[in-house]
Amino acid sequence: MIRVQDIPFDAGAELNSFSDRVAGAGAVVSFTGLVRDVSGGLSVMEIEHYPVMTEKALGKIRDDAMARWNLADALVIHRYGRLEAGEVIMMVATASRHRKHAFEAAEFLMDYLKSRAPFWKKEVTEDGAEWVASKDDDEDALKRW
Amino acid sequence: MQVLYFAWVRERIGVPREDVETSAVTVNDLVAELRAREERYEAAFADTSALRVALDQELAEFDAPLAGVREVAFFPPMTGG
Repeated sequence: MIRVQDIPFDAGAELNSFSDRVAGAGAVVSFTGLVRDVSGGLSVMEIEHYPVMTEKALGKIRDDAMARWNLADALVIHRYGRLEAGEVIMMVATASRHRKHAFEAAEFLMDYLKSRAPFWKKEVTEDGAEWVASKDDDEDALKRW
Repeated sequence: MQVLYFAWVRERIGVPREDVETSAVTVNDLVAELRAREERYEAAFADTSALRVALDQELAEFDAPLAGVREVAFFPPMTGG
């Protein structure tokens, strides 16, 4: 399942309901990304996205993971809009009969989400607003897959 | 065709989308046409190595042909997750 939304979500509740749906899989791995509270005093993060392409890109990344690993299911939820420090930005969860598959697929989803899903983050602090730059590491991370 | 801009590309150009009449054959041709328009486009497209392009919501290269394309989007490298 793929969800892109501006409203907050409860990552714990989502994980519980995902785990219920895949009961029998045996292994569930999840990752949750939060807005960092940096010492510079980050007040908010604004996330812009490209509707339609976002859903297409996330759907393809998820399909690729489902094809590559033996997964019972994979979940991606990503927010956009204005988020406060400490809020949940996104989560992925994977379920498999095999722990290794669940871990690897979750890492794959995260690596691809970072540089192939059309989201852009802007950090707004007391010093002003700045677009978050992509890192070479993010692109390099794709090479291992 | 519809041309969309995101993140700082949108901010530099000043609009999120616009309808562009063009006979450009490739993305590079379209970029050259836009750059020649006004300073704000020149500022946004000065370094295309810092940009990404999507054709009808699929990532593409700057030498890709525009034949049949309805929507072109320009944006900086993505920072999801």
